[in-house]
Amino acid sequence: MLATSPAFKENASRAMADPGLQKALARTRPQNPAKRAAAVAGLPEFEQLRDIGRDIKNHTLAHLDFYLEEWEANVLASGGHVHWCSTADDARAAVLKICQAAGARTVTKGKSMVSEELAINDHLEKHGIKPIETDLGEYILQIRNEAPSHIIGPAFHLNREDWEESFRAVHTHLPKDRVFAEKKDIQAEARTLLRDKFLAADVGITGANFLIAETGSSVIVTNEGNGDLTQTIPRVHIALATIEKIVPTLEDATSLLRLLARSATGQDFSVYTTFSTGGRRPGDLDGPEEYHVVIVDNGRSAMIGTEFQDMLRCIRCAACMNHCPVYQTVGGHAYGWVYPGPMGSVLTPTLIGVDKAGHLPNASTFCGKCESVCPVKIPLPKMMRHWREREFERHLSPATTRTNLAVWAWVARRPQLYRLATGMAARLLKLVGGSKGRIASLPFAGSWTKTRDLPAPEGETFFTRYARMQRDEA
Amino acid sequence: MTMNTRPRVALFVTCLVDLHRPSVGFAAIKLLEDAGCDVEVPRAQTCCGQPAYNSGDRATTASLARDFIDAFAGYDYVVVPSGSCGGMLRTHMPHLFDDDPNTRACAEVLAGKTYELVSFLTDICGITEVAASMTGRATYHDSCAGLRELGVKAQPRTLLASVTGLSMVEMKEPEICCGFGGTFCVKYPEISTRMVSDKTADIVATGADTLLAGDMGCLLNMAGRLSREGSSIKVRHVAEVLANMTGSVPAIGESRS
Repeated sequence: MLATSPAFKENASRAMADPGLQKALARTRPQNPAKRAAAVAGLPEFEQLRDIGRDIKNHTLAHLDFYLEEWEANVLASGGHVHWCSTADDARAAVLKICQAAGARTVTKGKSMVSEELAINDHLEKHGIKPIETDLGEYILQIRNEAPSHIIGPAFHLNREDWEESFRAVHTHLPKDRVFAEKKDIQAEARTLLRDKFLAADVGITGANFLIAETGSSVIVTNEGNGDLTQTIPRVHIALATIEKIVPTLEDATSLLRLLARSATGQDFSVYTTFSTGGRRPGDLDGPEEYHVVIVDNGRSAMIGTEFQDMLRCIRCAACMNHCPVYQTVGGHAYGWVYPGPMGSVLTPTLIGVDKAGHLPNASTFCGKCESVCPVKIPLPKMMRHWREREFERHLSPATTRTNLAVWAWVARRPQLYRLATGMAARLLKLVGGSKGRIASLPFAGSWTKTRDLPAPEGETFFTRYARMQRDEA
Repeated sequence: MTMNTRPRVALFVTCLVDLHRPSVGFAAIKLLEDAGCDVEVPRAQTCCGQPAYNSGDRATTASLARDFIDAFAGYDYVVVPSGSCGGMLRTHMPHLFDDDPNTRACAEVLAGKTYELVSFLTDICGITEVAASMTGRATYHDSCAGLRELGVKAQPRTLLASVTGLSMVEMKEPEICCGFGGTFCVKYPEISTRMVSDKTADIVATGADTLLAGDMGCLLNMAGRLSREGSSIKVRHVAEVLANMTGSVPAIGESRS
């Protein structure tokens, strides 16, 4: 996927002027936090569970090599195949090779953000294999040739009329009087059409919410059941996962599942939670003949031992973006790559470079709401600040910012000079404010005064007045 | 207060209060003295370093922090009329010195005795009411750092409830960021404007005649936007109300006449 993150500002402007997107955001903005809050309120130990979730992930990351090897051994023991991939290229090649070996013509897909990161669909299509997205949101995006704007609700940026328009464009058999007034009408139409695709697919590709070391299982959660049909019907199942999805035990996975659904959708549990361990065994009624896991690093191991390691705790619940006032203003596409919102603002610079994604960690007020709702307590603002530090070290931040900062700091380290400067500034601004007490336009402060007045200061600084009062007392 | 002698409190005025709204500093002194503290204002103070810190300039932040630690050594408490600067001192400053145990220890001592003004009055001094009056209806915005880094939420509401003649009304989403974000508001003015406009719509919808908060940055942002929108809602730092200064000090961005 071509990153448009360098054009974040332009993307954001366009997003704020897009009435459809703003309508969609206005609809979901209050809903998601309210659902999460209700689910959290219903579980008294939720806060303790966040600590447990954080600790499970920290422990695993500290012993990642051990658990990956244990997991691999258990996948092999259950008859599955493991494909280790260092880079995105390796992963694309591995997926293609499995599909080609299976003689695949069509491939059904469950929702998977890592498959977006790796642009698996484009790669398969280039080699004559047709991928079919089966998550309802992803399905509509595939029709529209759009990227997801949210990591769990990929089509959050669309409204019902967009769905109807896209369906009518592609589902040409539809009678004109077919009604799409409600979500269930859309679901019914997609379900009818997808049923045949599930049956015809040669390979099913899913992501994995967790990989369990002690059993060699992969776990997916869905609310539509499409993931189960994707991974059980075709002859071959490929689970696509990055290395940090590992957890040591089933018990650990269930602790994290309790956090995941509540944080993501406000459900106590997702509708379908499916554990896959190897392929079909003798006597099994269903399941794939072959079970493959394509396990991908693509930059994760380089985060271990750095100030960004905590980001690898992420369980992709989307609570951060659901609560982020910036995401809720500009939507997910403005971020310009696969992962939007606060988690994307930390992860994207690691994956495509801070030189390209520098806007993302800067476009935050550090309000801290994301960290306060993160189920595994990732210090997202702190890591965005670390990206700003990396930018500063590499002289990627604008020269004027650096100069202004240097001059300001030089003065701020000299209190007497500082008092002189602030004294003058306060008097000057007071003068400019005049009798109105506010400043409507000010050179060098246009980005403030274009849309806001600058209230004029009282005129005398605190320290001037304080010194005067102390002199008067003496 | 359980101490036998009056505690020595150092006031960190903050750069915005110093430059823009000295009345808040004097309100803080009055409130602290009324609560039984001896207040001093260390002369060598300037800024807590947030502009550099949030711009990624760690070295400059650390050098400013060293000056700050020296300037505020030796007091029983450091009190600041800002959740943002308070958060910088309490939760961030020690980590600037993770590789320098000696300075880190000093930064931790400072962090441990630093409080945001209103929460200091209630949580440390045990104040439950103030002698102040103000006629009107006010709404309170929870500034992000005060709320999420320092747990300032109930404290200002408790004290405001004791102000004679003042009724409080909650806005729908008092905890959502106003879009100030320090340099954010000038780096991403369009997004910031949208955020502050959402905030002012929420404020206006309360029917309140006064907006209060505990951080000058947020207050200037919201006051500037309200004024541009032609709103007559007055904007004040919570300390001005609690120190009973509203009769003598015009609201933010309001002329004296």
